[in-house]
Amino acid sequence: MDLNFSAEDNAFRDEVRAFIRDHYPAYLNEKIHEGEEMAKEDFLAWHKVLHQKGWIVPAWPTEYGGTGWTATQRYIWSEETAAADTVRLMPFGLSMVGPVIYTFGTPEQKAKFLPRILSGEDWWCQGYSEPGAGSDLASLRTRAERFTGDDGKEYYRVNGQKTWTTMAQHADWGFFLVRTDPTAKIQEGISFLLIDMKTPGITVRPIITLGGEHEVNEVWLEDVIVPVENRVFHENKGWTCAKFLLAHERTGIAGVAASKRNVERIKDVARKTEDGGEALMANPFFKRKVAELEVDLAALEYTELRTLAGESSGKGPGPESSLLKIKGTEIQQRLTELALEAAGTYGAPYFRSMGEGDNSFAVGPDSARRTAPVYFNMRKTSIYGGSNEIQRNIIAKMVLGL
Amino acid sequence: MDFNFTEEQTMLRDMLSRYLADTYTFDARQKVVHGGKGWNPAVWQAFAEELGVLGAPFAEAHGGLGGGAIENMVVMEEMGRAIVLEPYLSTVVIGGGALKHVGGAIADAVIPGIIAGTTRIAFAAYEPQGRFYLNDLTTTLKGGLLNGHKAVVEGAAHATHLLVTARTGGAQRDAGGVALLLIPADAKGITRRDYLTVHGASASEVYFENVAVGAEHVLNAEALPLIEAVVDEATAAVCAEACGVLKVLHATTLDYAKQRKQFGKAIGDFQVIQHRLVDMFMEVEQAVSMTMMATLKLDTAERSAAVSMAKAKVGKAAKFVGQNAVQVHGGIGITQELAVGHYFKRATLIENLFGSVDFHLSRYEGIALAA
Repeated sequence: MDLNFSAEDNAFRDEVRAFIRDHYPAYLNEKIHEGEEMAKEDFLAWHKVLHQKGWIVPAWPTEYGGTGWTATQRYIWSEETAAADTVRLMPFGLSMVGPVIYTFGTPEQKAKFLPRILSGEDWWCQGYSEPGAGSDLASLRTRAERFTGDDGKEYYRVNGQKTWTTMAQHADWGFFLVRTDPTAKIQEGISFLLIDMKTPGITVRPIITLGGEHEVNEVWLEDVIVPVENRVFHENKGWTCAKFLLAHERTGIAGVAASKRNVERIKDVARKTEDGGEALMANPFFKRKVAELEVDLAALEYTELRTLAGESSGKGPGPESSLLKIKGTEIQQRLTELALEAAGTYGAPYFRSMGEGDNSFAVGPDSARRTAPVYFNMRKTSIYGGSNEIQRNIIAKMVLGL
Repeated sequence: MDFNFTEEQTMLRDMLSRYLADTYTFDARQKVVHGGKGWNPAVWQAFAEELGVLGAPFAEAHGGLGGGAIENMVVMEEMGRAIVLEPYLSTVVIGGGALKHVGGAIADAVIPGIIAGTTRIAFAAYEPQGRFYLNDLTTTLKGGLLNGHKAVVEGAAHATHLLVTARTGGAQRDAGGVALLLIPADAKGITRRDYLTVHGASASEVYFENVAVGAEHVLNAEALPLIEAVVDEATAAVCAEACGVLKVLHATTLDYAKQRKQFGKAIGDFQVIQHRLVDMFMEVEQAVSMTMMATLKLDTAERSAAVSMAKAKVGKAAKFVGQNAVQVHGGIGITQELAVGHYFKRATLIENLFGSVDFHLSRYEGIALAA
């Protein structure tokens, strides 16, 4: 047991820091700060830099493009990217379907899809939730019927509706959970399909969320024809892939490094915000809330480090990752509450209504500008990826045996 | 002791409630929000002419209904139930409230216009550096000229008058040397930057540059005690608005929990959801109790302590009920499509309006827990 970094680790940190400093496309942060719409190329700009360097998927096995970094090095990487406030990479290929494909996919699927995930050539989206299947994901009803085509090959005909499909408006491919055996027990009749989003019969409709963002969509599938070779793993065994993916998603969801960065940002704002003639940071109530957040964040960080150490010693992410999801998202949400509180009166103006296309029209301090929309937006974190209520059920059942 | 409403108060509530249910539907409100003006003049006209509700807290001699703080509470709760954007709070509760305290010729001159809907008042008190402190003022009135910058003034874009706090003497945060002015909104030297707030009402940054202010515009020359009284009344009214917002959030969420089925049953059948709805219910009930308590103490020596207790409790309730209404709804709760998200936005803004939970707990400590 040792909390210190080795000389090699420190050298690694220097290397990483220098790389980010020299190669990160800093214009992205400017755009985000101004509340400008991010184009697809903007989301991919940092992705492409990392792909070129060979650092796009540190956690993958080296044979598929991973860096072979130790858990400590991966931790240093996440700390440094957060400290530099780099944009979040889209997780759908890199940390969701990618691991499913290299774990359960055929050699042909691996050869076809993995390189294009690494390069960013394919943008992926996730077709899991349905209007009637949210927390109860396994009750999904999107139907895939198998048939033999005129060309003698095997196909599925897919019909149904998915929802909360993040960034589907940009997607080239989607991974979908579909029901292939309606007579089986609900978790046993599901298959995991990779679907080209340009296939006829797919309609993507935007859902606008409270901060005014277009992040999520409804995806309608009407007689969408999918070759059987695009199914990952066995027919009717898709739930195995689904569970594997959700556990992977949960660990990334803790967001420790980003939350650390946000604590620093709030402290910085609170030092500059006046509160009755003193800095808000000197307000004992506000300071106590920051202290409590730092304590809870340290508890999350060291719990995640213990989990990561367990993973690199061979245990995959298990139901413990639900703890990281719950505590991580609670902290992310508390940070947005505190930022809104710090903004005070200036939390109220809606930045997108301040003059058409006039981004110079700032009201109040820059730091206050998007606090309310971000607060509203981050309510999603305790709902998505399996709501925090469902995560508690998982811990109760799988960890505590209740 | 009596917590019952009079027959007149109940009639006022029923009349307003019916009108809002019929005409101020969610779709109608969304149209106003997307219109970008932050209010609907036709609604204001109906408040004045059809319902007479703008006269609720004013004396019959002025053409009002002869009510007071309880009538404001009744009206504001209904405003909250329909998340009304129009400026009852700033015009009637704050502007009208200040005039009632001041009395005399100016009250006689201005109040009838408020009741008729032709006079609308915006409250230009808070400043960029001042956070929630009414005494923290850099706006000055010197030699008859007003100069300064007021932050997030709701309803300024469609106001006929501005109710302005300004420093005539003393240091930036002194209690003395603060005047309260009522000036025409179109006076020379006033400029505005208008925008919408996150819940869709209109607000402005208001700048004064050598605005000429005559003695007839000064409501009170040593006004901080008066300003605090008016803002306490406004805070109690906002607590009442919050009660309306939170009641709808709870009722909508309860209904959804009974309808929404997952794992083969209504999610309201799960104990974790039941307990959440019970906790929300308890927060709403306590918010209602504290709002009544504070409203009934507005004319007593306990006014400030009572209002700060109420706002601290209501602020916490607004956060808890708002967040959990969204959580129980799931993803649909954070879309623009459903009303619940829009009630959540209003509840969120109310948390910081006239001071955060921390601000009011500190104020209460200062009044009631002196060592």
